[in-house]
Amino acid sequence: VKRADLIRVSVFLLAVVALFLLPRLPFVNDFRAQQFAYVGIYFIALLGLNLLTGITGQISLGHGAFMLIGGYTTAILMSDQELKLGSHVFASDMRDIWTIPLAGLVAGIVGFLFGFPALRLAGLYLALATFAVAVAAPAVVKKFHGFTGGGGGINLFDLSTRTQSTSVTDPVTFESRDLGIDILGITIPTFNEWLYYLCWTIALVMFGVAWVLLRGRFGRTLRAIRDSELAAASSGVNLARYKTLAFGVSAFYAGVAGSLLAIATTFVNPDTFPITLSIFLLVGVVVGGLGSLWPLVFGAIFIHFMQIEWAQRVEAIIPNWLPVLGDIDTDAPGAPAVAFGVILILIMLAFPAGAAGLLVSLKSLATRGYHRVR
Amino acid sequence: MSEFFQQVVAGLGDGAIYAALALALVLIHRATGVINFAQGEMAMFTTYIAWTLIENHGWSYWPAFVVTLAFAFVLGVGIQRVVIAPVSSASVLTIVIMTIGLVLTFNGLAGLIWSAEIRAFPSPFPNETWQLGDVSISQESVGTFAVVLVLVALLWAFFQFTKTGLALRASALNPDASRLVGVRVGWMLAIGWGLAAMLGAVAGMLAAPTVFLDPSMMQATLIYAFAAAVLGGIDSPFGAVAGGLLLGVGLNLIGNYVDFVGADLKLPVALLIILVVLLVRPAGLFGKPIARRV
Repeated sequence: VKRADLIRVSVFLLAVVALFLLPRLPFVNDFRAQQFAYVGIYFIALLGLNLLTGITGQISLGHGAFMLIGGYTTAILMSDQELKLGSHVFASDMRDIWTIPLAGLVAGIVGFLFGFPALRLAGLYLALATFAVAVAAPAVVKKFHGFTGGGGGINLFDLSTRTQSTSVTDPVTFESRDLGIDILGITIPTFNEWLYYLCWTIALVMFGVAWVLLRGRFGRTLRAIRDSELAAASSGVNLARYKTLAFGVSAFYAGVAGSLLAIATTFVNPDTFPITLSIFLLVGVVVGGLGSLWPLVFGAIFIHFMQIEWAQRVEAIIPNWLPVLGDIDTDAPGAPAVAFGVILILIMLAFPAGAAGLLVSLKSLATRGYHRVR
Repeated sequence: MSEFFQQVVAGLGDGAIYAALALALVLIHRATGVINFAQGEMAMFTTYIAWTLIENHGWSYWPAFVVTLAFAFVLGVGIQRVVIAPVSSASVLTIVIMTIGLVLTFNGLAGLIWSAEIRAFPSPFPNETWQLGDVSISQESVGTFAVVLVLVALLWAFFQFTKTGLALRASALNPDASRLVGVRVGWMLAIGWGLAAMLGAVAGMLAAPTVFLDPSMMQATLIYAFAAAVLGGIDSPFGAVAGGLLLGVGLNLIGNYVDFVGADLKLPVALLIILVVLLVRPAGLFGKPIARRV
């Protein structure tokens, strides 16, 4: 075992402890716990997309479609809305968390199969085909409404049993009081905290798996394909096998993330996985740094908080004296998209390696300064 | 049988719109080897400009049409110079991400400025039909078709008979040699983006009366344009036009006569066409197959 690896593992364990304690901190309320759970979900999806796009060099503009498959797998297995496939009627067949690996598997198999036509598509054409998949997916979902609930969507939980069972309203004072769930002797007071632990436990496991996968032969092979397919093939790499595998693994990650997203929102319909989701995932990978691993957390934080909070504060950045931009209504629906778009372009122009690249250059700057002082 | 002909004419009208946008994609791809994912959103944005001129400033249709084209040209040139040129030697992924950034920016800007409200857009053609025997032909479809046809002819003449057109073709074919004989290749590429943006604006303005004006109005049309461009051959301008018309007619007929597809599954059918063409004949119907040099 190399020393560098030991350091990495211990830093990772420290991060695990920190993540475990995070919701216990006084300033992290229930609402924040939910948001951090979403960050975990995006982190998983970004790990998957990055494995395909950043490491293997295959552009996907349609990972939202794989998330859709994962999310719908979970939703259909959990629902009791009398969804039908052939003669089978789904009636709360499975409990939530057991559907997660299954959701990943279904998405992974679809991704693996999509990898075969994708073999013939290089660069731009693959981007184009995956983009078309993501745009077309909601139409397919709406068409088979007997199986998928159509545009009306699927409620995952019989709401009273889980999301609200954890709090009761006092009959006299009307104050709501949390009861909490006990798991392994630890009391988790709210649904959102449960969600946080669920998402981050899975995220950490999947991060570990990605790290192990990519540090050895498999990762080296994928990077070789990215850098030159021709050179990789002539060194004996079976392009077809590794590219389809990369597609499958990547889609597995996206499927798990989609499943968690469905559980987090407690409801899915085609609008849960719009084309913008696929695009935001790509933005997240770029912000985190193409080909990086843990810095993708920054990408996940960026795409979540940009959507829900930061974009609404664009007004603080735009000066009022500007003739047209000054009186822009930043609550209008386009604000997050503009901010996303402009930041994406600026990052590509200024820091093409994202947060990971920034960290590397800061580090080299620091060590250079250190040597100079010595 | 009369319904069949009506569907074909309606398909030609839709197809003309796909053809215009597909031609825009092909123009940029030929010159720079890039697929501009923002082509649809740029078209949507310029259509809003036309809408503002007509509705808020009381312009009549055709002056607004012309001014919008001029605006689109400037927009296209500007974008190429500011956003695309700095990364022109970077990887495909970088350039794709750039155009995705443009998609988000234009989509969001339109929402910010004009809100996401769905609006009606005037059509320059009367909402009436001509009767040919028992076939009634929509004047709007014919008008749309005619506008695109005239535009394509003008564009062809521009490329064939003007010096700038020659320079544009030269810089697409061999940038280095063109630079040596004094063509300003950078600006030629920018002009190419400008022309593409103009074509997009035409597609947007012609599509808006039927799909209505909102920030996501061109998303489906863009996919159809992709399919048309791929079908005709992504490097063939003639193929883009033919592919667009073929796709318009084909989708209309399939949507009408295949019950399972209906109106809902047209988009997945277009996706299927993209995939099948790319897998079976990647050069498209009218493109030349390219051998990859090792």
